[in-house]
Amino acid sequence: MTREEIIKPENLVYRRTPVLTDNVMHYCPGCGHGTVHRLIAEVIEEMGIQDKTIGVAPVGCSVLAYNYFDVDFVEAAHGRAPAVATAIKRLHQNHFVFTYQGDGDLAAIGTGETIHACNRGENIVIIFVNNGIYGMTGGQMAPTTLPNMKTSTSPYGRDVEVMGPPLKITELVAQLPGTYYVTRQAVYTPALVRKAKKAIRQAFENQKLNKGVSFVEIVSNCNSGWKLTPVKSNEWLEENMLPFYPLGDIKVPAKEV
Amino acid sequence: MAKEIRLMKGNEAVAEGAIRCGCDGYFGYPITPQSEILEYLTVQNPYPKTGMVVLQAESETASINMVYGGAACAKKVMTSSSSPGISLMQEGLSYIAGAELPALCVNVVRGGPGLGTIQPSQADYFQTVKGGGHGDYKLITLAPASVQEMYDFVGLGFDLAFKYRNPVMILSDGLIGQVMEKVEIDDYTPRWTDEYIAEKFPWAMIGKPASRGHNIVTSLELDSAKQEQVNLRLQAKYKVCEENEVRYETFQVEDADILLVAYGSSARISQKVIELCRAQGLKVGLLRPITLWPFPTKAINEISKHVKGILTVEMSAGQMVEDVRLAVGCAVPVKHYGRFGGIIPTPTEIVEAIKTF
Repeated sequence: MTREEIIKPENLVYRRTPVLTDNVMHYCPGCGHGTVHRLIAEVIEEMGIQDKTIGVAPVGCSVLAYNYFDVDFVEAAHGRAPAVATAIKRLHQNHFVFTYQGDGDLAAIGTGETIHACNRGENIVIIFVNNGIYGMTGGQMAPTTLPNMKTSTSPYGRDVEVMGPPLKITELVAQLPGTYYVTRQAVYTPALVRKAKKAIRQAFENQKLNKGVSFVEIVSNCNSGWKLTPVKSNEWLEENMLPFYPLGDIKVPAKEV
Repeated sequence: MAKEIRLMKGNEAVAEGAIRCGCDGYFGYPITPQSEILEYLTVQNPYPKTGMVVLQAESETASINMVYGGAACAKKVMTSSSSPGISLMQEGLSYIAGAELPALCVNVVRGGPGLGTIQPSQADYFQTVKGGGHGDYKLITLAPASVQEMYDFVGLGFDLAFKYRNPVMILSDGLIGQVMEKVEIDDYTPRWTDEYIAEKFPWAMIGKPASRGHNIVTSLELDSAKQEQVNLRLQAKYKVCEENEVRYETFQVEDADILLVAYGSSARISQKVIELCRAQGLKVGLLRPITLWPFPTKAINEISKHVKGILTVEMSAGQMVEDVRLAVGCAVPVKHYGRFGGIIPTPTEIVEAIKTF
C-alpha cells in the first residue's frame, strides 16, 4: 500500500482540532492540561462556535492557555476570571464564555469571585482543573492539597489541625441555586477522557439555555509538583485524590416534565 | 434647542452622564460618599432603554475586574468608588493599564488613611497620579470642580480612554459628589453597535471570525526584552498624552502677585479667596488643573515667572504641591495650605495663609 493510498479522508481516524493553535504547549510531559485543552477545543469545533466563543485564562500553570486556543481570549488577574467572564457574558449575551482555572486561582485567591459568579447564576462555563498543588510557582500547598500531602510549603505534610482540611469547592458551589450543572471528571485514562469530553460538551450546550453556571472540575495530576513520574502520578491520583474528590455528576439539571 | 437643565447631586450627574453618553456597563459596590451613583443607576434601570448593563458586584475587586472584562470587549464600561474601595481596585487598574484597555473609574475621595472618614478629602492624589498599583503606568486623571463637570467628564473620560487605550480616573471628592447644582443634560448618544466595535477596535474580544487570527488581551510578557519594549511603547504613549491632553483654567493671573494652585473643591473655595483678597488689595490669581495627569507643568512654570509666590490649596497634607514645586523649581517660594481628615478649609483661613508670603 502506498502512502497516497493510506492518506485518504475515509481512512482518517483522528486529527488535531484546528481550534488549537500550532503553538508548542509549555506544560510538563504527563500533565493533564493539554488533554483538557484539547477536549474544550474539540467541543468548540464540534458545536461550530469558534466565532462566538470568548475564553478567560487564569494565573497559574494555564496562564498561557490563550496561546493554545484559536479563540479570542482574555488573561485575567489571579482569581478574578469569574468576574471578568461575568461582564463579558452580560455584554455579549449570545456568545459562549468560559473560564479556565486551577485550584489556587479558583479556590483560594478567587473564592469570592467564584462563589458570587455561581450565586448570581452567570450563564458561563467554568472549567476547574484541580491537581491539589500550586504548579507554576513550584509546588506549594493549595487549598485542595490533601491531608498529610507534602508540598514545598507543607514539607512535613498538610497538617489539617493548622491549615484546615482541603476545600471541596465543587460541592460548595453545587449548593448554590445559580449553578445549573456541576460535575467532577478526570482525564488520566482514555475512557475518562471520553466521559470528560461529554461533560464539557454538556456544559457548553447549557449556555444556550441561559440557566446559570455549568461547573466542570477535572481532577488532574501534577507529576512535577508531586515529584512522581507521569505514570506514577496517575496511580497516585487514583489512589489518593479520587477517594477525597470522587468522580461523577454532583448536580444535574432537573428533568423537564 | 435649549438644553434640558436639572438640579442634581454630583454623584447623580455621573450616573446620568453615563446613561446619556452611550455607556455599555457600570459595575460597582456601595461605599459612602458615592453610593448614589449605583443607586441612581438602579432606579433609572437604563437596560431596557439604552441596553446599558448595571450590576452590583460583590466587592470593588470584582467591580474593577468586571470593568477589565468589558473593556477587553471594547465596550464603554466604568466603575466608581471612594478611597478605600479605590485602594482595592489598584491591582485591576494596573492590569487595565498594562493590557492597554479603555476604561473609566470615578473616585469620590473621602478622608483617610484606613477607614478614615466619609467626609471630603483630596488625599488620593499620589495614589492616582503617581500610580497606586504596581508597574510603570499612568492614569489619565480628570478633576471636576462642579456638578456639571461630573456630568461632562464621563463622556470626556470615555473619549480619552478610547483615544489612548488607557484607563481614565475622574478624581472627585465627597463635596463635589454630594453637592447639588444645575446641570445641562445632553440628548442620548446611542451605544456603539457590535459592527462598529469590530471595525473600529480590531483588538476587541468579539469572537474570532475566520478572517483573522485570535485576539488576545493580556498584560503578561515573560520575555524581558519584549516586556521592556511594551514599557517603552507605554512611555511613548504617555508622552503623546502629556503633549496633547493637558487641561487647566486660570482666574485673574495676569496681574497676580500670588498664584493659588488648586483643583476640585479646593479650586471652588479658592475662587472665593480671590474675591476676598482682591477686596483687601491683595493681587491673587488661580490656576486650576483640570487634568492632574498630565499635569499643567509648563503653564505653572510660565506663570511662576511673574508672581512672588505660589500657594497650593489641597484637602491633604500636601501632595500636588510636590508637582508644583517640580514645575517651578526654586524660582519662587511654593507653600502648601491643607486641611485633612475630612475638614474643608474656609476661604478666610486661606486668606491668612496668603498673608504669610
